[in-house]
Amino acid sequence: MSDQAIDDFLAESEELLDKLNQDLAELGDGAASGQVNPDLLNGIFRDAHSIKGLSGMFGFDDVAELSHHLENLLDHLRMGKVDLSEDLLTCLFDTLAGVAGLIRGKADDPEFTQDVSAYLSRIEQLLTSSPDASDYPFSELNIDPALLDVLTEYEEHRLHENLKQGKYLYLIKVAFSLMTFDTELVDLTEMLKGCGEVISTLPGVDNDNPEMLTFQILCGADVKTAELKSLLNFENLAIDVVFGCAGAGAEESEPEPKTFPVAASKFDGEQSLRASSSAEVPAPIIEKTVADLKLQGEPRKLTEAGAGNDDGSARSFTSTVRVDISKLDYLMTIVGELALAKGLIAQLCNEVLTAGLPVARDLEKAVHALERRLNDLQAGVMDVRMVPVRQLFDKMNRIIRRMAQELGKKVKLNIQGGDTELDKLIVEDLADPLMHIIRNALDHGIEPPSERLKIGKPESGTISLIASQKGNHVVIEVRDDGKGIDPEVLRTKGIEMGLISADMHLNRQDLFGLLFHPGFSTREEVSEYSGRGVGMDVVKSNISALSGMIDMSSEVGKGTVMSLTLPITLAIIKALVVRVKGIDYAIPLNSVLETLMLEPGMLQTIEGREVMELRQQTLSLLRIDRLFSLQGREDTGNQFVVVVGFADKRMGIVVDELRGQQDVVIKSLGKALDFVKGIAGAADLGNQKTILVLDVSDLMGEILQREGGLGV
Amino acid sequence: MDDFELIEVANGFEALRILPREKVDLVLTDINMPDINGLELVSFVRNNPLYKDTPLIIISTEGSKRDREKGLALGANAYLVKPFRPEELQQLVAELLN
Repeated sequence: MSDQAIDDFLAESEELLDKLNQDLAELGDGAASGQVNPDLLNGIFRDAHSIKGLSGMFGFDDVAELSHHLENLLDHLRMGKVDLSEDLLTCLFDTLAGVAGLIRGKADDPEFTQDVSAYLSRIEQLLTSSPDASDYPFSELNIDPALLDVLTEYEEHRLHENLKQGKYLYLIKVAFSLMTFDTELVDLTEMLKGCGEVISTLPGVDNDNPEMLTFQILCGADVKTAELKSLLNFENLAIDVVFGCAGAGAEESEPEPKTFPVAASKFDGEQSLRASSSAEVPAPIIEKTVADLKLQGEPRKLTEAGAGNDDGSARSFTSTVRVDISKLDYLMTIVGELALAKGLIAQLCNEVLTAGLPVARDLEKAVHALERRLNDLQAGVMDVRMVPVRQLFDKMNRIIRRMAQELGKKVKLNIQGGDTELDKLIVEDLADPLMHIIRNALDHGIEPPSERLKIGKPESGTISLIASQKGNHVVIEVRDDGKGIDPEVLRTKGIEMGLISADMHLNRQDLFGLLFHPGFSTREEVSEYSGRGVGMDVVKSNISALSGMIDMSSEVGKGTVMSLTLPITLAIIKALVVRVKGIDYAIPLNSVLETLMLEPGMLQTIEGREVMELRQQTLSLLRIDRLFSLQGREDTGNQFVVVVGFADKRMGIVVDELRGQQDVVIKSLGKALDFVKGIAGAADLGNQKTILVLDVSDLMGEILQREGGLGV
Repeated sequence: MDDFELIEVANGFEALRILPREKVDLVLTDINMPDINGLELVSFVRNNPLYKDTPLIIISTEGSKRDREKGLALGANAYLVKPFRPEELQQLVAELLN
């Protein structure tokens, strides 16, 4: 099998797995509140079926076998042959994880396989426990037996379910033009789904008018006949009551005669007018497609706009193209280099302008036009890299479920701002740190159910994942409503470990900072999940590697909030180029708040540190020349302060000269120079000059540490 | 055996649309489909004077024996259980068309 084929398999199955995970989580939430959406369950069943088909097609028999059993379990579930218990849900999640594990293994080695018998026997066990299967006799229903004949086993089950739940059952008879029936039927079905469930849709022909199709829709609903009637604003529609419990349906309205309003009678003038006018509406794309395709010898595939609900088809349901991220990186690099080339041209243009050449004006216009288009291009490529954080949040859902079960805790996950977008690469690298934070929240934060009840909290704890965009950054918060962290406990532990001395003056934030110290742990015993004392320092360094920052706050008894502040993208940034002692540096513009001229008298020295007053706040100053031990001539001219901020921290960087703004593509310095503090990487300015890019969050940590705090 | 022209549709709605427009010699359908299921399609075809004699093959999964039987009762000519070999389908189609 070619690598490409395997890549296609991996990409497609990953998409399916992601969707399955997401849908299973939704199913679990629904089950918890006693509401199982049959459409959702059906979708899950079909996706499991797709994975089976896909893996079979690629000859991955182990994946196919496991997903076959998964599908089988789901089939039993949707048919009501097994109940949706917590055990079963966990088994579904675990089996899915097993499928994912096999597929991931194939990514490295197509020959990879694993023993799946444990999963199979677990499924087998669940299949043997059958629920109460007392079915309603359909004979009591006011319904044409011919209609019952076309119900699939699944639809029969849904009919039973609706009866069991005491729903009203209706048969809706409606006629639509052949030209427009699908959209009209979808509209009608959607309306019905709003107040109940569509069990089956039987199409028929109108013998008097071949341009019309009739439909008998069997549905269960919570609403009474009169209400249903007012909801369904369609012509040519009649409603029969098939089953109305406690006579409520019958009280309110007489069951209507079982005739098709259109089919049985001749059209009146208006109806035929309507029918013929709709017949003139050109049929959408489909006719054309058929005509076009007739010329081809290959199997014809009919496509139709809006036919979203397909099944049993190998067609993909989205118009998405999957692209390897490295290709996007390459594009981004090219865009970056184009931006540099444009910078050069703009510079030349200035020279031409100064020289007063006649073409100068036109050249300037052309440069501006180029710049605009280039900005569009850059924004476009950037946009392609963006993915909603929901993908990441949904993965966390599974982890939380499994952990909560093993720790004997009850927890709900609350997701907000899932549509917030971040660079795909950042999202990927965020998975591990986020997982760690969540594990900590579950293990240390959320109390066991009995303890929660005792202190008057709801039995289930809540972990919230909240994403929001703030300017050029995305803030992701992990909140728990657990027991919180007592800074004084951290102080005691810190002193015990020799990290701080007893007489050090530390505020709350400083004490929380201890948590991010390598090896710091307050937990006596070590669980599988956390408490090994490795963790938060790793989390912090992972987040720093993404040019991000981590912050926390906590209140004893109420819970803890960890907030991660991350740049939207790492690929290309606008930078402020500054000069210190004759050397240029770039400062990412997204962390620059303002620049000011350093005037005599602004500088103050407190405890040997340089600070300045800025709008009633004390701002610590950092001198790069001192930090990097730059020799070089003393600049006698004016100096400037670049005020940078990250999360809620501020500091000023003293520089000799502000050189201007520029787009830069940051390149890593490589592993060998990894230890260098305060440098995020190097960038090419386009004029054969390479400059270093300052790592603001790193420098910020540096200065805070120097101030005696531990710098979160 | 090779000169078949295959029209593929994605769901029951498309099938309803295409039937009056194309001269279809044989219908192959799955049972579990959203919106309109295979049994409903069989019933539609059999009750429509225009195509009531069109041969119909149901394709179903191993588990849905009951659905299969219902399909035959509604007038489907034959069924195939997934997974099947292409030759089985070929043979069945040839039998029904000749």
